[in-house]
Formats: sequence, C-alpha cells, structure tokens
Amino acid sequence: MYDIAVIGGGPAGLSAAVQGRARGRSVLMVSGDIRDNPLYKTERIDNYLGFYNVTGARLLDQFRYQARRMGVEEKEGRVLNIMPMNGTFYLSIGSDMEQARAVVLATGVVRSAKYPGEEAHLGAGVSYCATCDGMLYRGKEITVVGLAADAPAEANWLREIGCKVTYVGPGQPDGLRPDIPAVKAGKVEILGEQKVEGLRAGSAVIPCEGVFILRSSMAPTDLLPGLELEGNYLRVDRNMSTNIPGVFAAGDCTGLPLQVSKAVGEGQVAGHRAAEYLEHLDQQA
Amino acid sequence: MAIIHLTKDGFDKATASGISMVDFWASWCGPCKMLAPVMEDLAGKYEGKALVGKVNVDDEPDLAMRFGVMSIPTVVFLKDGKEFDRKVGVMPPAAYTAVLDANL
Repeated sequence: MYDIAVIGGGPAGLSAAVQGRARGRSVLMVSGDIRDNPLYKTERIDNYLGFYNVTGARLLDQFRYQARRMGVEEKEGRVLNIMPMNGTFYLSIGSDMEQARAVVLATGVVRSAKYPGEEAHLGAGVSYCATCDGMLYRGKEITVVGLAADAPAEANWLREIGCKVTYVGPGQPDGLRPDIPAVKAGKVEILGEQKVEGLRAGSAVIPCEGVFILRSSMAPTDLLPGLELEGNYLRVDRNMSTNIPGVFAAGDCTGLPLQVSKAVGEGQVAGHRAAEYLEHLDQQA
Repeated sequence: MAIIHLTKDGFDKATASGISMVDFWASWCGPCKMLAPVMEDLAGKYEGKALVGKVNVDDEPDLAMRFGVMSIPTVVFLKDGKEFDRKVGVMPPAAYTAVLDANL
C-alpha cells in the first residue's frame, strides 16, 4: 500500500510525486511509454524558467532523475481502473493491482471521444487490456487499434499467444511483427449486432471477434467514474482537489494553458495537498 | 462463508437453485485482482442468501465459452441456474449488491 499513487509521468505527475516525497510520503508513479509523453516529443522549450532553449526530452530527463533520487517508485503500464473502497484506492495496471490512500491524476490531455460502436460493444468484443482478455481470443480473429507507442508490442504478444491479429493504426507501427497485417487508418468503427463482428477501418472492413483499443491512457472519467468535468477537463479547486475526496488532479488534464510551468506548479500543489489530506486522515485515526 | 471455486463438473449442481453470483477471472488480470476483495466481502455478507462463486477462465475454458465471457472480470448472476444479469468490468460493490438485493 502506497500513500500516494500518481497517474502519469509528465511534468505534473513528476512534480506531484517529488512533492509527496518531500513531505515524507511513499509515492508510486504509474506512467505509460515515454514515447507517448508530449514533453518527450517537444523539440524546443523557451518558456520554462531557468532552462532557455532546452529540448523536452532533456527537461523530462532532469525531472525523472530528480524523482528517482527522491525515492519515487515507478511503474510502467496503463492504469485501467481506479476504485475507492473503504478508504483505499485500488488501481489495476495491466495484470497488476496496487493500492494507495490518495491519488493524483496527471494523465495529460486525453480525448475521451470514443469510436462509433465502442461503448456498445464493451465487454462484447471490445477490450482495453490485452493481458487481461487476450487469452479469451486464442485462435480467433482480432484487431488491435494501436494509438499508443507500446501497441505494436502488445499486438505481437497477442499474436504469440495464438490470436489471429490484424493491426490498425494511424501511422507506421514501429516494431510490429512482419507476419501481422497492418492497415493504416485513422477512423474506425466497431461493427456487429450483439457482439463484435468486424471493424471498419477507412474503406476496409476487417471481420473479427475482438477489438483491442490501446490508447496511451484511459480518460480520467473512465478510470474513475463519478469524476466531475468542466468542459473537457477535470473540475478542480485551488487545492487541485477533484470532487472525489482523496483524488487530486494536475497538469493538462485540468485545462489550459498546456504548458510545463503550469503543470509543474499544479503538480506541486496537488502533491502537497495530497500529503496534507493523509495527515488529516492519520490524525483522525 | 468463503467464495466457492466452481469447476465445469460442479457448476450446474452448485447454481441449480436460488440466486448465484459468479465471478469469471484469471490471475493475469489486474482488474480481477481488484474485484477479488469485493467478492470475498460479498460472500460473507450474503452467506445463506446467495451463492458467491468464482470461475478461473484459465482452468475452465469450457465454462468461459459456455457463458460467452469475452472480457474479464465478468460477473454473471443466475437464478435457479439461469442467467438473468451480468456485469462486465470491475464495478463498485453497490453495483453487485443492487442486483442481488433486487432478486432476493
């Protein structure tokens, strides 16, 4: 059990994690593939104070070094659900489960728009977790909709356990097995009456029984049902508290401007308030 | 009462009468691990009123196929051996107790 779980490994998450450690709390930071981190891909930043003309990758590297030195524990993976129960937050991360007493959401901007047919077929062929559900599709035709940097690796794994995989993605899949057919398409639609019967990808229709949609991260409102939004962003107060006690948010997921300084500042407040929240809990106990 | 681990052979007999709630799970599934304490808790709370069981889809592929389980965790509700509801994905305890309470 950790004191604080931070979801997201960008500047907001790292800042919250560092702050949690500075207040003597145990911190687990869960983040996806670094290649999906927008800061990692930014070529030049001039408006982060103290670092003129710096690459995003270098800045991120410095942030990560600091977090590591301060004892932040890291885990790579996709958080699939967060469930509060009896004062503890349970987090599922692929095939693992972790527990924490407070949560900081720093997921970045996640488009919560779903594909046509996605919601309707959830649990009836649509899955977000290759490790969880892959085995149920051995010997069957499936498509992997790859929207994250680790999607080709997941597709390879599904192929290796015996699924008949077709890969669909907007770009060139990096590291995909050559024996997996790849279809380039940005827009897809999940087809089928009760269960998934196929996937429309651009002008092609791929017959399949399962569709694995692998985004870089889940939308916060899917992770933790009941979170309030304001427009497209999470509703927070000046303490970076969401409407759910013990859940804080920072960075791009709370709104504009989508800038490193703002993310770091909000992460600092969120980490600080999360630690304070735990102090209150400890005093009551 | 602890959770009953159901297998292909014992399933029909165990769920033949009354209300049953069966959790289809596997060890490689994080959300299933999250649901496990919820099911343990409900097994205790509904002791004598409903059967709370688990099916490991890795060990029991036939049962998983029979119930058309396509995503885990899937929780299937049965009345006298017949499915009347199911919940796919991990949900808060209230989602399961609501179904049980409405049918007991």
